[in-house]
Amino acid sequence: MSLPLEGVRVMDMTVVWAGPYCTTLLADLGAEVIRVESIQVFGPSTRGSIARPSKEMVASLPPFIGGMPDRDPADRPWNRHPLFNAHARNKRSMTVDLLRPEGKEIFNRLVAISDVLIENNPTETMTKLGISYDELREINPGFIMLRMPAYGNNGPYQNHRSLGIHIEGVIGHSLLRGYPDLEPTANTQVYMADAAAGVGGAFAVLCALNHRRQTGEGQLVELSQAENAAPYLGQAFMDYTMNGRSQSTSGNRHPTALQGVYPCLGEDEWVAITIFDDRDWELFCEAAGNPEWAQREELATHESRREHHDLLDSLIGEWTRGRDKREVMSLLQSHGVAAGAVMNQRDAFEDPHLLARAMFEQATQEDVGTHLYPRAPFKMSRSDVRIRRGPVTLGQDNEYVYKTLLELSDEEYDELVSAGHIGTEYAEHVE
Amino acid sequence: MAPMALSNIRVLDFTQTIAGPYCTKLLADYGADVIKVERPGTGDGARSLGPFPKDEPHPEKSGTFLHLNTNKRSITLDLKTAQGQQLARELASQVDAVVESFRPGTMDQFGLGYDALSEVNPALTYTSLSNFGQTGPYRDWRGSEVIFYGMGGELFSTGVAEKEPVKLGGTVGLYQAGVMAAFATLGAVLGSKADGSGQHIDISLMEVQTGSIDRRMSMLMAYQYNGEITERVPMGEASGAGGYPAGVYPCEDGFFQITGGGKYFERVRNMMGNPEELSGEEWLSPAAQADEDMQGLFEAYFYPWLLDRSKHEAWSQAQASRVLCGPLNTMADYLNDETFRGRGAFEEVDHPVAGSFTYPGRPFMMDASPWSIRRPAPLLGQHTEEVLTELGMSNSEVESLRSEGAI
Repeated sequence: MSLPLEGVRVMDMTVVWAGPYCTTLLADLGAEVIRVESIQVFGPSTRGSIARPSKEMVASLPPFIGGMPDRDPADRPWNRHPLFNAHARNKRSMTVDLLRPEGKEIFNRLVAISDVLIENNPTETMTKLGISYDELREINPGFIMLRMPAYGNNGPYQNHRSLGIHIEGVIGHSLLRGYPDLEPTANTQVYMADAAAGVGGAFAVLCALNHRRQTGEGQLVELSQAENAAPYLGQAFMDYTMNGRSQSTSGNRHPTALQGVYPCLGEDEWVAITIFDDRDWELFCEAAGNPEWAQREELATHESRREHHDLLDSLIGEWTRGRDKREVMSLLQSHGVAAGAVMNQRDAFEDPHLLARAMFEQATQEDVGTHLYPRAPFKMSRSDVRIRRGPVTLGQDNEYVYKTLLELSDEEYDELVSAGHIGTEYAEHVE
Repeated sequence: MAPMALSNIRVLDFTQTIAGPYCTKLLADYGADVIKVERPGTGDGARSLGPFPKDEPHPEKSGTFLHLNTNKRSITLDLKTAQGQQLARELASQVDAVVESFRPGTMDQFGLGYDALSEVNPALTYTSLSNFGQTGPYRDWRGSEVIFYGMGGELFSTGVAEKEPVKLGGTVGLYQAGVMAAFATLGAVLGSKADGSGQHIDISLMEVQTGSIDRRMSMLMAYQYNGEITERVPMGEASGAGGYPAGVYPCEDGFFQITGGGKYFERVRNMMGNPEELSGEEWLSPAAQADEDMQGLFEAYFYPWLLDRSKHEAWSQAQASRVLCGPLNTMADYLNDETFRGRGAFEEVDHPVAGSFTYPGRPFMMDASPWSIRRPAPLLGQHTEEVLTELGMSNSEVESLRSEGAI
């Protein structure tokens, strides 16, 4: 069965994670997503942190930004990054230098035959490139443009530089997570705002496409990554507006249940357990073989157990410590108690449930070979959502875009190659 | 009034608590007609979740429920009765999408599963949100936000090495699943409006984490490529830029976060007014970024610079030098920020029982078909008669259903 977005062409000028995740999801549903890249400029934290990292640099970086196959940058490191390849399925890539008039001309011709442009750069980047929605609409009246600035395209924050982690700090998420007994410095950087912006932006594009089908009208959509992620903190948000309270982190605890992450057999092995109510506690005790420690007076009611949560955590931890995390999970779940093994990256690839649901699909790309990649995070009974193309390499679809879509002659194409617009490698001067 | 983007879409909503209701809220806030089916008597379980004004629980005053159910209409139906099921089927025949978040198999027991409803409405998009999906060995297992994040996402690598892994704030993972469901649902509706065929969408809250751009996919690929496991590493080391400064640092009135190492170091130096001792070319070499003595010297300038400034002052001065950074705001800081207030990021919503409060506003702005709050979250069963009358029922039929307890 055909995919719902077949026939929708998306120009993709996104960087880092938030924007690219948006176009990944649109591509999963069948949109033709064309990454508009340049061999004259290296996009920030997108196909890696610099164009040609040394072997030593690659060796020194943490896995997700240094873990290219064999820790070897090889000839084209920009095609080998886990940072990028993780989300680059089902897309196409063309290269063009938008800072030169003939590049801009190519860009405009592509606008004329596309439906959507998506970007998530600092506001001034589009201005510098001379790209504005008003002009795009003149070229293509039904055109849709999605802009995804960190904070907004107006006001004093419009050019503020940030990654997802900084956005989370601004909307209050960073202070809502972490250990209650340690300072917020004692934590890891997370990128929840990127995930939120990616899927939020993809949903926004569908809204605009539906509106266009109804009215024929295109439009400019602005998704502030901060404002888009803030509703995810709805309970803390409403607690402030209702009660004037700025919540602080409660670690792994739950507002009404008993909950924690407990050590298991082996090194750095953990299980997460949530006991919602009295009935769950009975089931938990039954699964644990009704141990004596569970009969303590302090643990008699759900309320008293919540009051003595520290004590309870240490007792549950004593019980889980000598047990395998998957055994604890299965045992508790077989008694109807919510529990889950904390799965590292290897565990995920070996998990029988993810395997049974084919969460990983094989894909091939010339500079990394054949590997398993996570598929779209949803299943559809009729649309054939799957990885149709492996992670796109730089300029992989130049021929298709220039010759098939824009109908350039071989001669014109070759001229743009020599002029440094078309290529599959970054120019020598690019860092 | 400007047209709304999804004004041609009608949704029958059987979801509860957080993930499902956030999905249908997004659809409703952009214009879909969402009919929320609640259990007679108690309604959506979120009605009992806080926060409540003055911490006094009340089924019409739950901050969680009020936030997640704007623009929806509520009807009560007892899905355990034949009449309730029949009404649900009739409603399902008139909508574009059904969204449900019961345990897998429950809707089938009510005679309201995908197969049954697609028979009365072949164009129907039917979205199921569940803990682990509609198939597979964990299908019937129970879950919670930390469990989905632990089994599916990057809980393992979040926190510090000496302690247990620590989850994200609030119930972020549930919201993520809700938006993913809204995206997939709307995608399928667009497909079905074009060719007349519906389908069943299966959203697993665990898999939304596995397929998340928030580190999980990239860390999975690092394992695929090299067999490397990502452990819990300190703030700075995972910043992507390498070197220093990177991470969270104290400032005058709290904490400030900065990613300024490696190729960004020059900007940080500039931010501090280019102190003479840090001015040499050697500071820009990769070696400097790995040199502990130089880091110590740098910090002798950097810490006092930050401690002299509020997080907001530091933010604006650092941004003048294009440094990747931001304050660690409290909810009070964020909600009182003049820029976000000025942009209209928050929305004042008046509710007949709970009163007037500030709610999270639009997630994105559409020029031609803007987001708007047309009505506050519904009272339990507020629209039962209205919706059944639209179905073509007379007042006496509605009355007899009520007396029989079906509504």
